Amino acid sequence: MTATLEAPAPAAGEIPSFTVTLRVRRFNPEVSDEATWQDFTVEAHGTDRILDALHKIKWDEDGSLTFRRSCAHGVCGSDAMRINGRNRLACKTLLKDVNPDKPITVEPIKGLPVVKDLVVDMEPFFASYREIMPFLITTGNEPSKERYQSPEDRARFDDTTKCILCAACTSSCPVFWTDGQYFGPAAIVNAHRFIFDSRDEGGSQRLEILNDKEGVWRCRTTFNCTEACPRGIEVTKAIQEVKRAMITRAF
Amino acid sequence: MTHGTAAVAKVDSPRSPYARRKTTRGNYELYSWVFMRASGVVLLVLIFGHLFVNLMVGEGVHAIDFGFVAGKWASPMWQVWDLLMLWLAMIHGTNGVRTIINDYATRDVTRGVLKGLLYLAFAVVVVLGTLVIFTFDACPPGSPAELLPSFCTA
Repeated sequence: MTATLEAPAPAAGEIPSFTVTLRVRRFNPEVSDEATWQDFTVEAHGTDRILDALHKIKWDEDGSLTFRRSCAHGVCGSDAMRINGRNRLACKTLLKDVNPDKPITVEPIKGLPVVKDLVVDMEPFFASYREIMPFLITTGNEPSKERYQSPEDRARFDDTTKCILCAACTSSCPVFWTDGQYFGPAAIVNAHRFIFDSRDEGGSQRLEILNDKEGVWRCRTTFNCTEACPRGIEVTKAIQEVKRAMITRAF
Repeated sequence: MTHGTAAVAKVDSPRSPYARRKTTRGNYELYSWVFMRASGVVLLVLIFGHLFVNLMVGEGVHAIDFGFVAGKWASPMWQVWDLLMLWLAMIHGTNGVRTIINDYATRDVTRGVLKGLLYLAFAVVVVLGTLVIFTFDACPPGSPAELLPSFCTA
């Protein structure tokens, strides 16, 4: 089998190649209740991402390595993982950017139950997303044409429309790690997207939901979420804007 | 797949605590958040005013003795000042520690015990402090005159 593969592909000769060690957190409930670290060493190019290295491991070394990925281009939000202690998308992180001289640690995102290896149960995350009602709420008759909105009104919530629900922010939040009761940054970001949409009329309902003991008031402004967001959303700022909207509503 | 059911059951158990236990809506956390900001600003004025008057005005820190404190608490202005400082600092601090306990205690029992101790400490300090401010006797009978404030006769 291996004889058919020519080890150094001549076409990639101009791109510097190097060996890199990935230290992957493995967990298989059918084998053991304990999670363990396993090192894999792969040959990689300067243009390779963490996801390419994981593919190489899965395809050539250990087919049992389990992780999620769908589009592999930073849009679907499937492959958020903890790389060298920071939440990133494996498909947007180049190996050369996370110091390949030392072993690169790859773990599942924290605070959500691990199903196997790098796959976590996203249900608690989506449960709080559903709670903030992420859909347009209006009253009155359906308009016969589109709902108009000025560019200024659209710009008001532009930042929070970029969310891809990868859970990198929520699973980077220390408050969420404790007991998972906190709504989490992602749910608040998606509530923000509708609260500040001039076409939406469910703003006060959503504010009421997030006024919960486990809502925006549990945010400690540690900025972990802003740092973790692969889309560059200013998550903490969005949370503070929701807080401000609640305070101006209450007084 | 003979191992299927047992393994699935093992995976299921850690999921259960992640459902939100109950809805706890209400303005309590909102008011507590606003209080922390407001009391913080007021405390800045109160505490630095207190430090300035006690440590820098006149003879400064060397003037502090029983007579100095008694003289201050003979005036209703300083009684109100110190009472406000005591209450605001205690509520502000207790609320802050309550938040920290909520954030870091993972088990409900631990959380309950820690909060119980916190509220007990709060009650003891506030009751004792308030009692001292209001029942303070500036001129206790039979004490040496040089320790007492100047307005004490007899």
